[in-house]
Amino acid sequence: MKCLSRFEEQSMTIENAALLFVAPDIATRLTAVEAAAKSAQSAGDNAWMLVSAALVLMMTGPGLALFYGGLVRRKNVLSTMMHSFVMMAVVTVIWAIAGYSLVFAEGTPFIGGLKYLFLDGVGKDPNPDYAATIPQATFMIYQLMFAVITPALISGAYAERMKFSAMLMFTTLWTFVVYFPMAHMVWGKGGLLNAYLGGSIRTLDFAGGTVVHITSGVSALVCALYLGKRNGYPAEPIKPHSLVLSVVGACLLWVGWFGFNAGSALAASGLATSAFVATHFAAAAAALSWMLGEWLHSGKPSMLGGISGAVAGLVAITPASGFVKPMPALLIGLLAGLFCFWMVTAVKRMFGYDDTLDAFGVHGAGGTLGAILTGVFATNLINDAQIDGKTVPLGLVDGNPMQILNQGVGVLIAVGLAAAGTFLILKVCDAVVGMRVDRDEEEQGLDLSQHGEEGYILEA
Amino acid sequence: MKKIEAIVQPFKLEEVKEALKNIGIDGMTISEVRGHGRQKGHKEVYRGQEYNVDLLPKVKFELVVLESRLDEVLDTIATAARSGRIGDGKIFVFDVIEAIRIRNGDRGDAAV
Repeated sequence: MKCLSRFEEQSMTIENAALLFVAPDIATRLTAVEAAAKSAQSAGDNAWMLVSAALVLMMTGPGLALFYGGLVRRKNVLSTMMHSFVMMAVVTVIWAIAGYSLVFAEGTPFIGGLKYLFLDGVGKDPNPDYAATIPQATFMIYQLMFAVITPALISGAYAERMKFSAMLMFTTLWTFVVYFPMAHMVWGKGGLLNAYLGGSIRTLDFAGGTVVHITSGVSALVCALYLGKRNGYPAEPIKPHSLVLSVVGACLLWVGWFGFNAGSALAASGLATSAFVATHFAAAAAALSWMLGEWLHSGKPSMLGGISGAVAGLVAITPASGFVKPMPALLIGLLAGLFCFWMVTAVKRMFGYDDTLDAFGVHGAGGTLGAILTGVFATNLINDAQIDGKTVPLGLVDGNPMQILNQGVGVLIAVGLAAAGTFLILKVCDAVVGMRVDRDEEEQGLDLSQHGEEGYILEA
Repeated sequence: MKKIEAIVQPFKLEEVKEALKNIGIDGMTISEVRGHGRQKGHKEVYRGQEYNVDLLPKVKFELVVLESRLDEVLDTIATAARSGRIGDGKIFVFDVIEAIRIRNGDRGDAAV
């Protein structure tokens, strides 16, 4: 249009008007074209979001089940895999009945309302507050997968010694007391910490650094402290029974994490690509930095170090993934690998708690680091989502150092809620069913004592 | 009749088996065992937690031979199993009082 003279522009307008006159159904056709474009975008977004939902489920089973299953002793492999697997069933049922509503229906700043109880009204129509281009049912099933993996992450701390019945009761209560309130505060409309939908303390958490990793990590630490050490720890050698399983599991987690983070764009958009890139870069940098730390510290870079580092990087980039450029993503990964390595080696030894599979050292520590660094590196050049109708500076790099403080408040709330909530639930479960298996059952292994089966039957 | 127990490196299993076959020894029993002599074992580190692994995997050959062939068989095993490093294993020889072939009741040298 730029090179047309004013006369030509005028004549074009006249021509368009004439066209409208000649073809009065043009308005109808325009509406039809708009509808078709909208439906095409919806189809694209919906396809990506359904794939993402499946990818996030794959993180729990088989990803986490294999990762954790390989790290325990052979006699506990099935019980540990069960911790992940059973979440896919239990949390799903809770989510359908009440969970989705308590997180995403409008309610108080702390917990959602009951509008979507039994998924009432959650169907193929979008919920424009959250994702305007996909059916609300897609959004619902995608968010469910986060609720599934979060309590499964905690199982890393109590593996090899918690009763199955106690685990079920603990998890059920935990979703209501810790996860649903926290998820509502960060992502629910009107939630206390929601940066985009009317929160009073705006925190940035793109894919669940506080909601998923800090809550699960801190709850894991409380479980480890409450349950006490496993028999024989740390005097007896308690080695991973199959790092091969763990490597397969960790790589599935890495792939699944693209659904977790890039899917959190809630559309097949440029932002999704940006989150995908940041996620991958952080995982790679963290795998290297953990291995390097190990190499310098104990003389050899290990496979377990590599996969632990990758997971630490994925955890740390989770809150930042939709806000940061690729180079800060590399830096976040680099720092996460070193920080979490230090947490699971030096800090764990210093305090002597038995966090069996380092759920706290990786998820609690990595999640906290990621949350704070999000406040540093978040930029509206990557995420231009508007707050109150305008684009605002996000993190320190945008000239908003106060965001780091907000991130800190988000972290503190997550830590406080997870610690207090978990302790309370453990007390209740302990009184009702007892948390820990008895000594003989622990020696025999949870596979036999809790489930009556064995993972490896070599003579069969 | 002498019984030979040879504890060797696992990776020497095939070599020793082959060497014995070549001198016409067909019967043997093999088991996977763990142990150590002077070999100190090694260190493993899992997320900063160190473990000293001193019981190492070995393969144990058990075979009973006629006294006339004893030296030849011992030399064969020792040569085949030797890598020259600590941890190559040991060979023990025992007297055997009786041997019975279960299938037909053969006894003594005939059963070996």
